[in-house]
Amino acid sequence: MTAPATHVSAPAPHHYTTLGLDSRKVAIWAFIGSECMLFVSLISTYLIYKGRSIVGPFPHETWTDPATGHVFKPILNIPVTSASTFVLLMSSLFMVLALAAVQNKEKPKHTRGERILGSSRLWLWMTAIAGATFLGFQAFEFTSFVHEGLSIRTNLFGSSFFTLTGFHGAHVTAGVIWLVTLLAIDYRRGLGPRDSLLVDIAALYWHFVDVIWIVIFTLVYLIR
Amino acid sequence: MATTARPAPKHSPDAYGEHSGLWSWLSTVDHKRIGVLYLYTALFFFMFGGVEAIIIRAQLGAPNQHLVSAEFYNQLFTMHGTTMIFLAIMPLSAAFFNFLIPLQIGARDVAFPRLNAFSYWVYLFGGIFITIPILFAVAPNDGWFGYAPLTTRAYSPGINIDFWVIGLLILGVSSLAAAFNFLTTIINLRAPGMTLMRMPMFTWMAFIVQVLLVLAFPVVTIALVFLLFDRFFGTNFYNTVSAGADPLLWQHLFWIFGHPEVYILVLPAFGLVSEVLPTYSKKPLFGYPVMVYSGILIAVLGFGVWAHHMFAVGLGPIADTFFGLTTMLIAIPTGVKIFNWIATMAQGSIRYTTAMLFGIGLVALFTIGGISGIMHASPPADLQQTDTYFIVAHFHYVLFGGSIMGIFGGIYHYFPKITGRLMDEKLGKIHFWLTVVAMNLTFFPMHFSGMLGMPRRIYTYDAGQGWDLFNAMSTAGAMIFPIAMLVFIYNFFVSRKRGEIAGSNPWGAGTLEWTIPSPPPEYNFAKIPTVTSRYPLWEGKEVDYECARINSQEGKTSADLGIVMPYSTIKPLLVALGLVTMFCGLIFARALIGVGAALMIFSLYSWLLSPLEPEHD
Amino acid sequence: MMDSHASMTNLPDSAEALAHAPRREEEHAHPTWSTYWKVALILSLITVGEVWAYYLPSFVGSRGFVPTLLFLSGLKFAIVVMFYMHLKYDHRIFRVLFTGPLLVAAITLIGLMFLFGHLFIKIM
Ligand code: HEM
Ligand SMILES: [Cu+2]
Repeated sequence: MTAPATHVSAPAPHHYTTLGLDSRKVAIWAFIGSECMLFVSLISTYLIYKGRSIVGPFPHETWTDPATGHVFKPILNIPVTSASTFVLLMSSLFMVLALAAVQNKEKPKHTRGERILGSSRLWLWMTAIAGATFLGFQAFEFTSFVHEGLSIRTNLFGSSFFTLTGFHGAHVTAGVIWLVTLLAIDYRRGLGPRDSLLVDIAALYWHFVDVIWIVIFTLVYLIR
Repeated sequence: MATTARPAPKHSPDAYGEHSGLWSWLSTVDHKRIGVLYLYTALFFFMFGGVEAIIIRAQLGAPNQHLVSAEFYNQLFTMHGTTMIFLAIMPLSAAFFNFLIPLQIGARDVAFPRLNAFSYWVYLFGGIFITIPILFAVAPNDGWFGYAPLTTRAYSPGINIDFWVIGLLILGVSSLAAAFNFLTTIINLRAPGMTLMRMPMFTWMAFIVQVLLVLAFPVVTIALVFLLFDRFFGTNFYNTVSAGADPLLWQHLFWIFGHPEVYILVLPAFGLVSEVLPTYSKKPLFGYPVMVYSGILIAVLGFGVWAHHMFAVGLGPIADTFFGLTTMLIAIPTGVKIFNWIATMAQGSIRYTTAMLFGIGLVALFTIGGISGIMHASPPADLQQTDTYFIVAHFHYVLFGGSIMGIFGGIYHYFPKITGRLMDEKLGKIHFWLTVVAMNLTFFPMHFSGMLGMPRRIYTYDAGQGWDLFNAMSTAGAMIFPIAMLVFIYNFFVSRKRGEIAGSNPWGAGTLEWTIPSPPPEYNFAKIPTVTSRYPLWEGKEVDYECARINSQEGKTSADLGIVMPYSTIKPLLVALGLVTMFCGLIFARALIGVGAALMIFSLYSWLLSPLEPEHD
Repeated sequence: MMDSHASMTNLPDSAEALAHAPRREEEHAHPTWSTYWKVALILSLITVGEVWAYYLPSFVGSRGFVPTLLFLSGLKFAIVVMFYMHLKYDHRIFRVLFTGPLLVAAITLIGLMFLFGHLFIKIM
């Protein structure tokens, strides 16, 4: 049933379009606009419930359980998250390089540097690996929180924190799958300039997910 | 009944061998056929919701009745509202979006034909999913706006609300997918010369509705996800009891979606009458640019009025003032539209066809609903009116008097384009007058029972509170609807088979969809038209008429003309099926989640990796 | 309005021609490698600054902390969107499709913050 990947054909629609643009790109921007509302709903809820949990652990404050006397340290791990934030930021750089490599596939390359910069596979791999690393950090963060006594059911903070960052993580996961699919196509028949739209829309999605993390990092992790 | 026994028009779907039969419907990606699927399905749900309403009215016809139990009554009004909004009016609008948008802008299909099929199948499966439970008396029972914490496990332990949460999530996927599709179509698939300010008003309103959908649905999706998590995974979003959750969170998120939603429900009908009134007045729409700008203004303001549904909460003087003011403001662009329609008819040579009657009916009846709307835009007044039958009267005047009247007008107006045959006018007028009488007899007395303090959502009441007469009237009116609907259904099906042959432009209308044969060939336009005015058939230039002449020719297939059309495919249906199976797994058997996900992902990849249409360059 | 690119000149005059009309891709000065790494550097520096600020107790306690961080985050947001998502160089329809919803989203967020008492207007 699965048609060969070679059928992911040239992005150019052979039909007339009003703006001379590919409809898929129009649609992905509309989708991104819509996602703004999705994440704003999640972020609003997180902020509304900020400081309103009855029991700890809390993100930035210590909490002593009155029943057991157990002391819970502030739970957010800024160094680790800063590292994962940096990784995701770099993935966006890799992504633009991947797109540029695909767009310039047919330009002659003379130096070693040009060949490295022009390798779409390298940069797609780097982006996907950076994304997967970010997810690894998130998995580590989630499990250590659970060990320290914060689950999605513990308090308002736990529910809104895990749901917000989990939704973001799910978006990253979808992005990694998307990138791996592009890689598969690249290995199968090579991505060239005529495929740049395929990579472009994946890149737009990827950067958007990064941009959302920029907001989350500040609002959730840095601002107390 | 004017029945002319003539052969089926050449382009009727059954004229093409490979285009008939069950499989062709399951695998179609043709926007017109998908539109027809939407139309039939939504009409079915409209009648299903109607039956629920009839039972509700029978129960309330006299004091102290016990036709249904209190519990079942809750299920009835919840499912009536949910069905009418999500399964009837929105998809009826979607039927017109599908059928008309490409025809009005001069395109051969929507931007993403397969995604379009996917939207329909998700809607169908989601609709079935949320409708089945009432047959077993386990339907959702907390009202169409499902206020949390009432809907959390603590207060609604049964399976009922599970169906509601999951059902609405599924339907949201359908609406969003369709919205991206139509938005892209209108932006990017307009024929040469079809500038934004030449777009037919229906397409304009459709455009605004897609923007509203794209912005409003994510919010309710998140609100529903929270509820789903609360119910299934024990999160605390609406856990006011032990976690200190805020009982207003749901209300805010829901109404941020909910108010734009009411415009999602009514703007398509506004668009339809904006086609109907000029056609039968033989005059271009009055104040076209103002109509466009008022539509945009409604959309923008629509996101700043949501808390008028929450005045009873006591949000404080600042919030109440703000939302009261914005609500009154939004009545201005709405009123502007009414005046423009009246001005369109003024001094026109009016033909009182059935479609025109429904159009005029909308102008009259919607206005009544708009006026009661302004009344409860004022917080102190609203405190008296909220949660009474006065509100029920308001939203039925806008939804029935507005959306449904407009949609029926649209059906009578476009039936010939869809089927190639005319509907019977005499029966149509009987349908119209029965509907108007039923509508007013049912809903006008509710203003009074509401003012006298009768709360909504009570399953019975004591005699002697002054409500009896008004309730008896409402119930009597409600019993007329089924008669009206029978007339309509009879007319619909008989005309489909034996109605007079329509020809490409039976009403002498002015827009592009009337330049092509009825029903249109699969490729719509043999030659993509070049547009030079808002009404190419009324005020066009030589090119318009030339295009119209070429495009009105019948009998050519896409192969004859060398036009490349998309392959039909079953994959969108399979993806939809996988998605819905996945959701079903949450309620029935967790194993289904894996099965559904596998089916969905496999079919999705297979869809994305196969070409849309034959290779060509 | 938004269809400036849909110029009405050189209209293909038959369905045939339409189907074969040459693709009118956006032709813009695309940013290059040197832009990309500079952008990455700026983003990294801002991020370092943000995290640094987090560890300055006196600054964290001050009034300027939250606005500063919000500003920096907004700056990073804008840089990525403009350069990496090349919104700056692309067709304006994309700007409309993104900034419109972004504005509605931002205003909704601010509205909710007021309604839930996280922001105040001081009257008198
Ligand atoms: C002139 C413009 C309008 C104004 C000023 C207005 C105002 C209002 C207000 C203030 C309420 C809340 C009443 C309460 O619950 O106490 C309300 C409820 C409602 N309105 Fe409107 N409205 C307008 C137009 C519309 C339109 C066009 C529709 C739909 C097509 C609509 C549908 C509804 C519905 C469904 C409700 C009730 C929701 C519920 O409680 O279940 N309204 N309206
Ligand atoms: Cu409202």
